[in-house]
Amino acid sequence: MYAAFFFIFAGAAVGFAINLLIQRHPVYSALSLIGVMASLASLYLMLGAEFIAAVQVIVYAGAVMVLFIFVIMLLNAGEEERTQRSKLARQAGAPLLLILLSLVATVLYKQFPRDSMVQFGDFPGQTAPIGRLLFREFLLPFEVVSVLVLIAIVGAVVLARKEP
Amino acid sequence: MPLPFIVITLIKAIVVLIVLMTVAAYLVWFERKIVARIQNRWGPTRVGPFGLLQPLADAIKLLTKEDFTPAGVFRVPYLLAPALSLTVALLAFAVIPFGPGFQIADLNIGLLFILAISSMGVYGIVLAGWASNSKYSLLGGLRSSAQMISYELAISLSVVGVLLLGGSLSLREIVSAQSGVWGLVPRWNVFPQLVGFFCFFIAAIAETNRLPFDLPEAETELVAGYHTEYSSMKFAMFFIAEYTNMVTASCMATILFFGGWHGPVPSFLPAPLQAVVPLFWFSLKVVLFLFVYVWIRGTLPRFRYDQLMSFGWKFLVPLALINLVVTSFVIALRA
Amino acid sequence: MVPISYFLVLAAILFVLGVAGFLFKRNIVTIFMSIELMLNAVNLTFVALSYHLRELNGQIFVFFVMVVAAAEAAVGLAIIITVFKHRESLNVDNVDLMKL
Repeated sequence: MYAAFFFIFAGAAVGFAINLLIQRHPVYSALSLIGVMASLASLYLMLGAEFIAAVQVIVYAGAVMVLFIFVIMLLNAGEEERTQRSKLARQAGAPLLLILLSLVATVLYKQFPRDSMVQFGDFPGQTAPIGRLLFREFLLPFEVVSVLVLIAIVGAVVLARKEP
Repeated sequence: MPLPFIVITLIKAIVVLIVLMTVAAYLVWFERKIVARIQNRWGPTRVGPFGLLQPLADAIKLLTKEDFTPAGVFRVPYLLAPALSLTVALLAFAVIPFGPGFQIADLNIGLLFILAISSMGVYGIVLAGWASNSKYSLLGGLRSSAQMISYELAISLSVVGVLLLGGSLSLREIVSAQSGVWGLVPRWNVFPQLVGFFCFFIAAIAETNRLPFDLPEAETELVAGYHTEYSSMKFAMFFIAEYTNMVTASCMATILFFGGWHGPVPSFLPAPLQAVVPLFWFSLKVVLFLFVYVWIRGTLPRFRYDQLMSFGWKFLVPLALINLVVTSFVIALRA
Repeated sequence: MVPISYFLVLAAILFVLGVAGFLFKRNIVTIFMSIELMLNAVNLTFVALSYHLRELNGQIFVFFVMVVAAAEAAVGLAIIITVFKHRESLNVDNVDLMKL
């Protein structure tokens, strides 16, 4: 049961990510990315991270991606033109990426014992402890991040403002 | 996973779906009747007694209409958008508790689930607006994305006060925390959280794109906004999604602020009938909120777009924030 | 039941797909989306390791990554709008001059 769910959502995530690369219109790419995010939210649920799964949908899929689509629609961007400017990326890109993937994957695969299994209900989602951690141990990072968000708001307003 | 669990959940889901579709259909009749009375007309009277069969006639009309796809649309998202709208609207009911035990799934993060699902609702509208490849639709889609992001913020902030009082994200526990009375007044969240309720309800009207915030489909300027290019069943799906969202918003207002299935007076019915009482109170409150929706629609004119945005950002969000700060102060002082 | 390493390998695949998008795509908005894809892949490793170690800190990190990603999206998209206003193109190959 668990394995079946895992392969469904993992397959969906990889499929949507590949679709993001293949599609030439940015709106289709954005939709694929939303698909990836939704599949990841399901995987988070399977890992017992209920709160993170909900926040993933609310923040990423519900706010950040809406912003992306809003900008794409606002700029009325058409299909991507393929310019072949960078020879290096064209020729060396794919092999280098494969090497990167195999390196990272083997290291990760070797590092973790095969008997460390994941199953439902082993590590149930705990929202209250996350809140407690966030406002006790991680209070300083939390405040710093809120200042960062404020700076980002001001920066975005200044950048997107009509010039006088 | 045990088989009986799956079967029982499926049955529950089907029952909720059927009831919901009926409610959404009759909500249209309800709205037309009430708005007609507000405007000193009669509304539907011809089909059946009091026009009660009108929803059926509407459904037949929409089903038999030609399913027309305009040239130049982006096909896949054009077809996907109405389905997405309706699916997302229905998903919210997976966690809504209609009474003690009358709930499809009791999630620990029920409230976050509802917020997450309703934040996905914007995609149906935005996609429809973009995929129709028409300027009216595009304008409607753009407006709705900006509007829904802005008012989502107000909704989330106004709900946090309730979370502080209830101490849980599970909708069932939020309702349970509102049982009992303070003297003569029931322990509903609306009394300590009046400001929060005010923010929540206004923002909920904006989230469901209802008058006076129906900018995404403002008939007088955008033809019909995001669903201009849709007809037949695809249009009907947007329509049902909108009314389902109204029901969701009313259910949420009931659960979060008006004590869910708890009645204002103790019931004195005999034991066998006792099980129906919570359902009765819940439905009564939901119908009341739906009436307020329709009443507002019949009374207020549409906002201008800049008014809508400045109202959301300069009034509603700060008000919800102040409410949150005051609530947490009071709770901290009493602890 | 699934070994924890499956989740990590999935995250690696998603990350590499993100890198590929970053390298091969030419539309600046899509490149930005590829960055988000990479961030998401890293988030998956955080959550998986949080499960593996039975430790909630990993989820807190994900929370912070999301906040930073949201802030980044706001500023990044504002920059993209400004670039589009000046160059009337979203192709990164056309944005190679510091001064017009």
